[in-house]
Amino acid sequence: MKFGIPVYPGSNCDRDVGWVVEKVLGHEAVYLWHAEKDLKGVDCVIVPGGFSYGDYLRAGAMAKISPVTEAICEFAEKGGLVMGICNGFQILLEAGLLPGAMLPNKTLSFICKFVHLKVENNQTPFTHLYRKGEVVRIPIAHAEGNYTCPPETLKEIEENGQVVVRYSSPKGEVSEEFNPNGSLNNIAGICNRRGNVFGLMPHPERASEAILGSVDGLRMFRSIVESVVRA
Amino acid sequence: MATYFVKVFISYRKGVLDPQGVAVEKAAHQLGFTKVKNVRVGKYITMEIEADSPEEVKREVEEMAKKFLVNPVIEEYTYEIEEVE
Repeated sequence: MKFGIPVYPGSNCDRDVGWVVEKVLGHEAVYLWHAEKDLKGVDCVIVPGGFSYGDYLRAGAMAKISPVTEAICEFAEKGGLVMGICNGFQILLEAGLLPGAMLPNKTLSFICKFVHLKVENNQTPFTHLYRKGEVVRIPIAHAEGNYTCPPETLKEIEENGQVVVRYSSPKGEVSEEFNPNGSLNNIAGICNRRGNVFGLMPHPERASEAILGSVDGLRMFRSIVESVVRA
Repeated sequence: MATYFVKVFISYRKGVLDPQGVAVEKAAHQLGFTKVKNVRVGKYITMEIEADSPEEVKREVEEMAKKFLVNPVIEEYTYEIEEVE
């Protein structure tokens, strides 16, 4: 299958995602330049991490008005699978494809480390190869991953099962102690109501080969492949 | 046509935790400015706009705020307009 990876000025995880798609999974990766409004017939879009437009104004604020983002929004509206990783998640929030916004980490520092995540919803095209409640180990690397949203939105996404992954202990306990950035309800990743758009702060592409210290992220990509092939 | 100077002030909405504001407030207290409270750190953007009237400038600024300058989930803003001599 064909994965589309948009490249904005300042993206820096585009090649990492491309590596996983091509070298680890054996599928096709197509890079989509931010100035072009053409998704080149891809089956799925993965918005990569980095610092699009230097995070000017707000992380993702400039990228949301790029032509390629406009095309991604249309693709998502038609039901296309879109996953945003780190800055990609921030872009999806800014673009309105996912609810909420990001604040600076409560520590005010850039955090780069492995964290544990509890899979809360394994009924999505991105997580169906995980068990519900399974704890996985995937790294984070961000300064603005402190997820927030109005109380009524929080209630809604919790009730609809849109919280897909949460920061937790290695045993799966979800508490403030295991919340690296101050995120509401330890939220690490959410999906839209329809389930075809998913964003998360951790980097599954950095946990997809044993040499990197974890392969727990690989099943996200495999889940996508199975969802697309089955459809 | 006239040139207008616009100042846009953006800050986190009330109720949204502002980690930078909290850090600045702590530092102020540490330095002995103990009466300081509710510190908020925001953004200040200036620009010039060519327009026929202040109303037109107002429309432009509000449209820009809505489209990308401000994220209403976490931020609020005010602005000032003055004609450049």
